[in-house]
Amino acid sequence: MSTGAGARTGLTVLDEVFTTARAEGRAALIGYLPTGYPTVAGSKGLLAQTLDAGADLLEVGLPYSDPVLDGPVIQHAVETALRGGVRTRDTLEVIESIAARGGRAVVMTYWNPVLHYGVEAFARDLAAAGGLGIITPDLVPDEAGDWLDAADRYGLGRTFLVAPSSTEQRIASTTAATSGFVYAASTMGVTGARDAVSDTAPALVARTRAHTDLPIGVGLGVRSGAQAGEVAQFADGVIVGSALVSAAEHGRAAVARLTTELAAGVRGNHTGR
Amino acid sequence: MGPLPSASDGLARHAHDPDVGGHFGRFGGRYMPEALIAAVDEVAAEYEKARQDPEFLDELDRLQRDYAGRPSPVTEARRLSEHAGGATILLKREDLNHTGSHKINNVLGQALLTVRMGKTRVIAETGAGQHGVATATAAALLGLECVVYMGEVDTERQALNVARMRLLGAEVIPVTTGSRTLKDALNEAYRDWVSSVGHTHYVLGTAAGPHPFPMMVRDFHRVIGLEARAQVLASHGRLPDAVLACVGGGSNAIGIFHPFLDDEGVRLVGCEAAGDGVDTGRHAASITGGSPGALHGALTYVLQDEDGQTVESHSISAGLDYPGVGPEHSYLAEIGRAEYVPVTDTEAMEAFRLLCRTEGIIPAIETAHAIAGALRLGRELGPDATLLVNLSGRGDKDVETAARWFEVVDPAALPTTEPVPDDAAAGEREL
Ligand SMILES: Cc1ncc(COP(=O)(O)O)c(C=O)c1O
Repeated sequence: MSTGAGARTGLTVLDEVFTTARAEGRAALIGYLPTGYPTVAGSKGLLAQTLDAGADLLEVGLPYSDPVLDGPVIQHAVETALRGGVRTRDTLEVIESIAARGGRAVVMTYWNPVLHYGVEAFARDLAAAGGLGIITPDLVPDEAGDWLDAADRYGLGRTFLVAPSSTEQRIASTTAATSGFVYAASTMGVTGARDAVSDTAPALVARTRAHTDLPIGVGLGVRSGAQAGEVAQFADGVIVGSALVSAAEHGRAAVARLTTELAAGVRGNHTGR
Repeated sequence: MGPLPSASDGLARHAHDPDVGGHFGRFGGRYMPEALIAAVDEVAAEYEKARQDPEFLDELDRLQRDYAGRPSPVTEARRLSEHAGGATILLKREDLNHTGSHKINNVLGQALLTVRMGKTRVIAETGAGQHGVATATAAALLGLECVVYMGEVDTERQALNVARMRLLGAEVIPVTTGSRTLKDALNEAYRDWVSSVGHTHYVLGTAAGPHPFPMMVRDFHRVIGLEARAQVLASHGRLPDAVLACVGGGSNAIGIFHPFLDDEGVRLVGCEAAGDGVDTGRHAASITGGSPGALHGALTYVLQDEDGQTVESHSISAGLDYPGVGPEHSYLAEIGRAEYVPVTDTEAMEAFRLLCRTEGIIPAIETAHAIAGALRLGRELGPDATLLVNLSGRGDKDVETAARWFEVVDPAALPTTEPVPDDAAAGEREL
């Protein structure tokens, strides 16, 4: 698993996020916010707040012009970021700022910005910035040859997604290409907070466990401590995106409040909705 | 002359199919969410079965003949020729198909496939509205529910087609995100499909997107080139020197190009929309002015900035106003088998005017780009040249835009360009 003699790679640290949470008998809390929303400096502040209020891992979204897997809330946030002139290198800078505070972060990105930056160069610069890996919502392992190699070379985690529609064969091949943690998309749909956690999620997690020992994070639709608690019953990580972005519209205090509630949720301490 | 090839002949396997992953050289493939892989796998598997099933092939041929009106004729444009250096210009008349463009070829095939898959709902994206109209038409014919996503800008400049789709019973949803044109309509269609894939087929309207769409859409359009090749051989006893077509996503172009791929002496010329001019940055010429990237499911030429963000395209023609292109065109450009040339709004509208005045044919503005390309190439090659042009569609939908451009009516007499209302807010009367 580790690449060199005693070298602590991003992937090693990513593994620790989950082993630590597991040792504490709970799921890890993973929070998403995009770079540049409302501004680059603002997003650094919001992510720091999320970290301080109890997120175990941050997902830093790299804004993209055509986010086909995102619902209105995240679409609006990344459009705002892009209109504000956010660049690819800003995401690397945000990652660096999180790492400097001792935080742990991966990048969540559609694939074209990475392709354009250069897969090898992006992996190199992400590792140098202290990032732990990349979540790739629109890249399947079938097209990921360059990234598989680059991730190995720079010791980065490769998080691919599995979905309720994935066949057993695809779950097997996708998890085989994954390192760090698997992202289980709980519903067939775009990102966005939902009233109820989908009932397809536990089944998908169970199907995925049959193929891998990797930790499994569940995302799409979690918005409350109670829901986080529910997901934590069967997943290793609870991923929260749209709800945090919505909170971010109301400022740092709202983000802190929601994160605190979610952190209690993954520890089984939530106080209802 | 023997009987012309049929639509089903376009579906036969051949040497120019992509690899199993849908790659044409390094282009194509599947750059898309895992959640939709099962759906495209299902489409690919069903298409493989269908292309070998005589019952499916017969039904496709029957609809293309008795419903869409195939084969389409080839018309020699004698008076237009005078403006093209005297070159012989042959027009493949896809404008005479039912619904007025080539789009129906693909839609009938995919609609039949939808029924085969046991799905009851189709969704589509549309720019000019021609693909939306064709999809709404096939949905009405086969009793499928139909939702069409269309950028708000396009619902304004192609309002007639919005009305046609609604008359045909489709729901038209104006898309207000991003540049509010074709690219954003595609995004919305994908978002719909991720949550509706159990009962919905996405009838992609051009030879782009993830595998198997570029191959399958191409095959449904190959009939254009198969017929035209036989027709030109029969009428002129020779192959054309060049085949020209406009390129948006590239479906009419790949359909007419493909059967000529092995005819080495035949030049294949794709006419891209150059808008105000490629050097102005306001254009939609993805191959001429773009670079390889992943967009909407495939690796292909894309208009993008230095960070890989998609750049907004610009064209007077809604159907060409797209910042990507089908992956097989990227491949044909890279290996040099086809050439891609830019045609500005002004050149296209001049060609539009000429075709109206010399041949009595009002073309779609998309198609006018191909006519402009032929005028240019004819002047270059002279009277010995024979050029085959895909007349991909008729211009009824564009009469308003053209009337404004040429100021042939009092602007006050034209409808105002108010946004088309959402269906929910539309008129009270039940249709
Ligand atoms: C008449 C006509 N020609 C061409 C096009 C461009 O599409 P494609 O490049 O897929 O043929 C359109 C698209 O709307 C169209 O309506």
